[in-house]
Amino acid sequence: MAEIKTNDIIKPENLAYKKSSVLTDNVMHYCPGCGHGTAHRVLAEVIEEEGLQGRTVGITPVGCSVLMYNYIDVDFQEAAHGRAPALATAVKRLMPDRFVFTYQGDGDLAAIGTAETIHTCNRGENILILFINNGIYGMTGGQMAPTTLAGMKSSTSPYGRDVSMMGSPIKMADIVALLPGTCYVTRQSVNTAGGVRKLKRAIKKAVEYQNDRRGTCFIEVVSNCPSGWKMTPVESNKWMEENMFPFYPLGDIKVPAE
Amino acid sequence: MAKIKGAVVVDKDRCKGCEVCVVTCPTQTLALAGEVNAKGYHYSYAAYPDTCIGCANCAVVCPDGVITVYKIKVG
Repeated sequence: MAEIKTNDIIKPENLAYKKSSVLTDNVMHYCPGCGHGTAHRVLAEVIEEEGLQGRTVGITPVGCSVLMYNYIDVDFQEAAHGRAPALATAVKRLMPDRFVFTYQGDGDLAAIGTAETIHTCNRGENILILFINNGIYGMTGGQMAPTTLAGMKSSTSPYGRDVSMMGSPIKMADIVALLPGTCYVTRQSVNTAGGVRKLKRAIKKAVEYQNDRRGTCFIEVVSNCPSGWKMTPVESNKWMEENMFPFYPLGDIKVPAE
Repeated sequence: MAKIKGAVVVDKDRCKGCEVCVVTCPTQTLALAGEVNAKGYHYSYAAYPDTCIGCANCAVVCPDGVITVYKIKVG
């Protein structure tokens, strides 16, 4: 048998994986190794595969992902800091046939936007909330967030988070799972190929539940922040597995009855 | 038994050299280049293209979506 050259394999008919066309060709501004890019790509893949590009409205937050509308080629609205679920409520109520999602970080969703998050989930609005939790305020320089782990160092807790003074980290997914309005609450990650594929399945489920008007879907993505944590991307993924996952265990927290 | 052979194409000008694909690859096909791209990053490239099995794990974890994967059945 003749030896097969790499150039013989690289042909359109042999394509196994290609970036989704819903993702634009703009180079993302995220730091190397940031989980935001992976989460964007997975979301774009689901939008493409479900044929939702023409009827999706995304709500961007304030935070690192504030420029998300440059990277995913669907309609977007920019919300004031923390107010993405409130804006998503309005969009979904006015245009019920649209697929509406918010994409928020922990500073947006768990700090300034806690009221909007909890009340939107409590009302059971038919939207998807994608929550990227990296335990830090990435954009503003690595300050302590509500989700910062106990003892974790940040630029405003240089000796580690002191729980007696600053309180314990908040598990937002567990909080909203208690509310009757949420239909699907899960916690996923993007550090491994398996984790990314599971996140994709979770987003697909959320699309299905939104089509069936089952209530709010809440997907938390435990992510890294190499720059904020002062680590290389590979180190930050390892640190996340050792420290974040024991406190924020992955898996489904609430699934609807079939 | 049919074997799968794969090939990866990395868009080296968009790669930020985060190395996530390198540690994810089950067959150690990828490595970071000694030279840098236009942005100054040590970009990822297929150092041992013969070992690639086309599993696409590298492309799935790539935060910047710079990797395209091809594969064929052999034999």
